[in-house]
Amino acid sequence: MSTRLNLTLSIWRQADADSPGRFETYPAKDIPDDASFLEMLDIVNEGLIENGQEPIEFPHDCREGICGTCGVMINGRAHGQEKGTATCQLHMRKFNDGDTIVIEPWRAAAFPVIKDLVVDRSPLDRIIEAGGYIGAPTGTAPDANEILIPKEVADSSMDAAACIGCGACVAACPNSAAQLFTSAKLWHLNSLPQGQTERFRRSENMVETMEEFFGSCTNHGECTEACPKEISQDFIAYMNRDYVKSKVFNRRLAGQH
Amino acid sequence: MTDTSISQSSPLLDSKVPEGPIEDKWDNHRFKIKLVNPANKRKFRIIVVGTGLAGASAAATLAELGYNVDAFTYHDSPRRAHSISAQGGINAAKNYRNDGDSIYRLFYDTVKGGDYRSREANVYRLAQVSVDIIDQMTAQGVPFAREYGGLLDNRSFGGAQVSRTFYARGQTGQQLLLGAYQQMMRQVDAGKVNLHTDEEMLELVVKDGVAVGIVCRNVVTGEISKHSAHAVVLATGGYSNAFYLSTNAMACNTTAIWRAHRKGALFANPCFTQIHPTCIPASDEFQSKLTLMSESLRNDGRIWVPRNHDETRPAGQIPEAERFYYLEEKYPSFGNLVPRDVASRNAKTVVDQGLGVGPLKNGVYLDFADAIGRDGKDKIEERYGNLFQMYERITGEDPYRVPMRIYPATHYTMGGLWVDYNLMTTIPGCFSAGEANFSDHGANRLGASALMQGLADGYFVLPYTIGNYLAPLLGHDPVPTDDPAFVETEQDVKDRISRFLSIGGTRSPEYFHRELGKLVWEYIGMERNKAGLEKALTEIPALREEFWSDVRVLGNNESLNSSLEKVGRIADFFELGELMARDALDRTESCGGHFRIESQTPEGEALRDDENYSHVSAWEWKGPDTPQVKHAEELVFEEVELTQRSYK
Repeated sequence: MSTRLNLTLSIWRQADADSPGRFETYPAKDIPDDASFLEMLDIVNEGLIENGQEPIEFPHDCREGICGTCGVMINGRAHGQEKGTATCQLHMRKFNDGDTIVIEPWRAAAFPVIKDLVVDRSPLDRIIEAGGYIGAPTGTAPDANEILIPKEVADSSMDAAACIGCGACVAACPNSAAQLFTSAKLWHLNSLPQGQTERFRRSENMVETMEEFFGSCTNHGECTEACPKEISQDFIAYMNRDYVKSKVFNRRLAGQH
Repeated sequence: MTDTSISQSSPLLDSKVPEGPIEDKWDNHRFKIKLVNPANKRKFRIIVVGTGLAGASAAATLAELGYNVDAFTYHDSPRRAHSISAQGGINAAKNYRNDGDSIYRLFYDTVKGGDYRSREANVYRLAQVSVDIIDQMTAQGVPFAREYGGLLDNRSFGGAQVSRTFYARGQTGQQLLLGAYQQMMRQVDAGKVNLHTDEEMLELVVKDGVAVGIVCRNVVTGEISKHSAHAVVLATGGYSNAFYLSTNAMACNTTAIWRAHRKGALFANPCFTQIHPTCIPASDEFQSKLTLMSESLRNDGRIWVPRNHDETRPAGQIPEAERFYYLEEKYPSFGNLVPRDVASRNAKTVVDQGLGVGPLKNGVYLDFADAIGRDGKDKIEERYGNLFQMYERITGEDPYRVPMRIYPATHYTMGGLWVDYNLMTTIPGCFSAGEANFSDHGANRLGASALMQGLADGYFVLPYTIGNYLAPLLGHDPVPTDDPAFVETEQDVKDRISRFLSIGGTRSPEYFHRELGKLVWEYIGMERNKAGLEKALTEIPALREEFWSDVRVLGNNESLNSSLEKVGRIADFFELGELMARDALDRTESCGGHFRIESQTPEGEALRDDENYSHVSAWEWKGPDTPQVKHAEELVFEEVELTQRSYK
């Protein structure tokens, strides 16, 4: 049997985007240290339901650290203190008996609270919609091995593509900037041979859509620190380079001026 | 019980398999089916429910063709769909390894792997289009693993003796889903896909026997909405969460396909569920889900248990002679790469014999010491780094130093809505794609074939076959949403929600889900028998009655309320669980993932009864208090000879 922990939780409760929120304190008793952080919340919620209190809403789904649904601020840090770990993969053995844990939703103007710990992250989809794809309609593809991609390039592209779209980078950023999210998608596609034809159009559209919703990057680096996939901040530099170039190389503009 | 000696297919189940030699069927069919001309496609509206691999790829492709598509997901973003969790890879008959692979071999392996309970023509088509999927996904920018020369890399997977699996580290599902999602978002940007996030389909609307739309609940606002279209595609995944503990995401459910079943869609082979051999064993009652470790690990990991029942030494101190490499001993030619059902059942056998490892003695070792010694830690880290990391997070143990502990868990459901060759259910206008339908995998799915099937259905099959249904509807508008069929269905949905909120019992929805899961796992799990299944048929309805009188759902309909979402899904799992038991009881043979203790070879392998059960069992809803009636689609094997599967 695993060790049991007794904890005090201070959790943000908020009925909806328009209502004021507040911290409520809940005891979390007899929590097995093999439980995940979200299983700890499950146990607390079952107790609340038994007492006729509304359970705490929190975002979660796959619980394998890949779907990107989960994510809360744990003691002021996005996804908690363990590096490279989504909230669902954080386990209670990382906490000590008697700890007080403060749990809040992602904090960013672009992510309004829906209820309790759940926020609206739809602006991230708007960025993808603006150009986070390669225009390759079904049926048009050449044989896969006709496109040679050096292993180093594929690996680097994959490093960026590993982003799970959880929004921790935005929540951790003092400016609520989405540069890490946007640059990860841009580098995934811009670094590949298949992504070249739309490279500058994509860069321009995605960056400008991002700026409609989010703050600006001032290179604090909190994003990479909080990222459960440890996506490198270097991609932001590549994005900035491509964005500047897009203003010169964008073929549509070049043809018109 | 229904008569099980059916030798003719039910007239309800016309598979519409085209004539001709197997390699020409799909080509012939594509030539013969009706087309909708490009200018007319914009006059049609299609609803796609679910945005995983099958749904997103279908929505994107249908929109590219010119149709107007409404895509629905209950997630906050289409990218959250559970396809994202697939790790190991995707099969394709490219023969890039020059190791003797071919479309025919992939077809053969899949039919054999499914223990001869799938439709040959469907599987052959799947193998044919598999090669196009890799081309398509590469063109879209999926960063598949490459060799130094820049060509695509492959790995091998269970149930095959060739290397035909393409992969993107241990995140192949994620990368393929993001590819399909991005293609769909491109169409959202183009205005051809109308994306509805946070919308959960709660009913299919059927008018005069034809699917005409859906009713949804917005999970954030509680608003109930009606949506009308010329055709509805259900691509809503599988029902492993009937077991409560499974590797599925928490929200995965059967509701969309179950509501369609209640409206007349036959449900095929519900008892064909797959138990994945390599998951992390449960550690306690609080556990909310099980985590899968990719089957690809079996390429390099060796599976063993101690030979001694009372073994207490750590794995590393147990000498080679006292280790029981049970798969390698029993199946010398496939070894650790036997198909999933065989690997799972053997793990259960050794654990039941008391040879299990770990604190609860509920696992077996998956050991990488030899592979690390042979290839070096760096190489192993490159192949499986993220999996090893995930394992360490969950268990607190470092698999580079001590063997992983694994045990089987429910992972995939081969059963689902019955569909014909065109992927249409028995309700005209209602199609089903991906894991939600029953096609292609028979009684057992081979590794790296789920991603292949989801994308095959969405990219390369449905976009053609749906046109055949739509063409005669040219000039007909979708049924308006103020039609009585919509209004009545909407009222049903509202009544059901009110009912849940007013039960006011004492126990949480989670409690009932967990208790149901225990029954399903106990009686309809890795091994089934008559007595147990009969018990399930009394215990599940009894628990269901308790559920309907004692469940407690707090909060209201008008805001985010995950208890309310969950309770409706659990209510449907109760009905499905009962049907799974009924189907498993009816099928007295063993095949693939369906293992009836009464039907095994002297060596303990699944023993089929081809004479009486070489058919698809498709169940027709007869009302809430009447057992479903079974219809059979006879399976005809012209290409593959039925043999006792052997992986020795």
